[in-house]
Amino acid sequence: MYDDTEISREIANRFNLDRRDFLKFCAAMAATMGLPKGADAQIAQAMTAKERPSVIWLHFQECTGCTESMLRAEHPTIEKLILEIISLDYHETLFAAAGHQVEAAREAAMKKNWGKYVLVIEGAIPVKDNGIYCKVGGKTALQLTKECAEGAAAVIAIGSCASWGGMPSTPPNPTGSTGVPEILVGKPVVTIPGCPPNPYNFLSTVVHFLTFGALPAVDDKGRPKFAYSRLIHENCERRAHFDAGRFALEFGDEGHRKGYCLYKLGCKGPETYANCPAILFNDVGSGSWPVGTGHPCIGCTEKGIGFAKPIHALAELQNQRPPVGYPRVVEEQGAGASIGAIATVAAVGGLAIGAGAKLVGNLGKSEDGQDSGKQG
Amino acid sequence: MVNHPIPSQVANRLKKGKAGPAAIGGALVTPFTIVLAVLIGIALFFLAQRFIYGLGAVTNINNGYPWGIWVVWDVVIATGFACGGYAMALVCYVMNRGEYHPLVRPALTASLFGYSLGGLSVLIDLGRYWNFWHILWPGYAQPGSVMFEVAACISLYIIVLWIEFSPAFLEHFGFKNLKAKLNKAMFFFIGLGVLLPTMHQSSLGSLLVVFGAQIHPLWQTPLLPLLFLLTAVCMGFAIVIVEATWASVGFRRDIAGELPMLSKIGKIIMGILVAYLVIRLGDLAVRGAIFKAFTSGAKSVMFLIEMAAFAYPVFVLSSPANRKRLSKLLAAAMSMLTGAVLYRIDAFLVAYDTGPGWHYFPSVPEMMVTIGVIAIEVLAYIIFVRKFPILPGHSTPAAAE
Repeated sequence: MYDDTEISREIANRFNLDRRDFLKFCAAMAATMGLPKGADAQIAQAMTAKERPSVIWLHFQECTGCTESMLRAEHPTIEKLILEIISLDYHETLFAAAGHQVEAAREAAMKKNWGKYVLVIEGAIPVKDNGIYCKVGGKTALQLTKECAEGAAAVIAIGSCASWGGMPSTPPNPTGSTGVPEILVGKPVVTIPGCPPNPYNFLSTVVHFLTFGALPAVDDKGRPKFAYSRLIHENCERRAHFDAGRFALEFGDEGHRKGYCLYKLGCKGPETYANCPAILFNDVGSGSWPVGTGHPCIGCTEKGIGFAKPIHALAELQNQRPPVGYPRVVEEQGAGASIGAIATVAAVGGLAIGAGAKLVGNLGKSEDGQDSGKQG
Repeated sequence: MVNHPIPSQVANRLKKGKAGPAAIGGALVTPFTIVLAVLIGIALFFLAQRFIYGLGAVTNINNGYPWGIWVVWDVVIATGFACGGYAMALVCYVMNRGEYHPLVRPALTASLFGYSLGGLSVLIDLGRYWNFWHILWPGYAQPGSVMFEVAACISLYIIVLWIEFSPAFLEHFGFKNLKAKLNKAMFFFIGLGVLLPTMHQSSLGSLLVVFGAQIHPLWQTPLLPLLFLLTAVCMGFAIVIVEATWASVGFRRDIAGELPMLSKIGKIIMGILVAYLVIRLGDLAVRGAIFKAFTSGAKSVMFLIEMAAFAYPVFVLSSPANRKRLSKLLAAAMSMLTGAVLYRIDAFLVAYDTGPGWHYFPSVPEMMVTIGVIAIEVLAYIIFVRKFPILPGHSTPAAAE
């Protein structure tokens, strides 16, 4: 069992955070990754360890949105935690130093932690014309990637750009933007696509690595299964509207205002794998994700959909088929009899009864005639 | 039809006239058939609308009342009307009363059209009619469903009816060998032709049993299958009387030869109706629902009208003198049919209450389609008896001349 008193001391000393909040963070991490009971204690232990793993964070063709997203992680003072748990030895946005000083720091950190550091790459890597379209300290992104990956214990590609090219790779892709997995062929790369990705998907991956010394289980595209194994459509809060055939047809129409399904506005939820509807963004409560705010999902985590398909083009349904016909939104309960209907019933009924009575009467008369004829 | 050992005296009586059924011939275009054609045209117009714009464009049915008159009249009542073939097969072949044989083929003709158009009406009434074939495909069967039983039984019975009826075609087109071969196997189809209606006519009542408390206590009872079966058989016998009368009046045929048979059928109707009334009222009394007959507003009124329509034939037919008079037989039969029609409409629509706010009354286009379907039936019957050997031939005026 992990020594509780030690946690209290460590946390108080290092993070300026009370123990309760720290344990809550560990539990939240374990829950996000779907880890078994007891994992939160392991996480707490790993994170309070004296040896903080070195992290090298490279930026290439990107907008720094992933870093911005990371900085806004709000489980108790997450920016403090993530900067204290790990030893962030190179990060262009967060470094106070600049120029050759920084590059030297990176090389020193790599040498010191060779084979043990975590490499995080943010942004796509241009490969056209030997990658001259993105250079840092005189080296191309291509060179830096290969150089840093060589001694890395784990490589994490954060954001859609690093995962599969993202926005810079949008056709005609003038710089030949490419994702990290395609550059580092043969080396396992965990991708955290999203534009920006949910910070907790990244944090959980890092914490998993710190705790268990291995990266989480990933799918065929290198995405952690705990975050990317379900379609957005499957967990969407508006899914019931899809099944019932209630759709917003244009922005601001009645259906849109009532929060109906955005499929017909081009929502890519039905073909995009991500956990956005399940864990939401920015820790501000329900509805804090694109579809929740009334905008269709653009499929930013999915190669060939985000930045490739028009935002308002219909999604291709993957494993949900809508019914052939939908019931109407307004349930009609039926009207009473119309005057025409009553008249028709009266006419038909009257005709039938009248004709029947006439027929019986005529038959009766002819029978009487026959009877009297026989008697006579 | 099947070669049946006919009692000798009946065979002798049959020999007096021209033996066997015969086509009656005559003009097909008359004012009456033109009116029928116009009604069919109107129905086809609304049917086109139904298939282009959907059920909602033509009918008043809704999710609370998914069964409108296209089900209640065109299927539930029309197949009851079409029980003539079933009822006659029951007495003629199962009770071994060969003397009714001349009435079988006309009754079968009406059954054929009634059931075929009933099946067609199901197709029209299905929202996703293109899945209709699922009824006959075992992979889609849900054997625990009452609706499945009704659908499968009716579908099979339509096929059986066409086989039972085929000798009339085969005679007309001169396939003597084929007819002889078919006659050897006919007992099997006749057996099915009695079994299948027994199953699904009672199941039409079971359909309502599963509705539970949504059906008013005056109609809801575990005995619904029995009551539906009894009225269906009764409708079959009543329609034989009505058809024979209408055919004699409409085609100016002498009906004296058939009258003794019709009298006996009148007696059968009376017997079944007495049993029906005893069971129905007895059941109401046992369940204590009988007092609702006067306290349920419009439902009570409908119930009392229905009871009167059932009681009148018993009253009329109880007199042997009345049973010998065609006019009285006809009045009793039509009253019986009115009662049975009302029973089905009441049980399926009037007694059915699925919750507050839900309404159903058929729309005019909906009724015009039903009227058109009836017109198709009548027109087809006229064409068939004029062109094919259906009606008993011994009493044709042309033959007497």
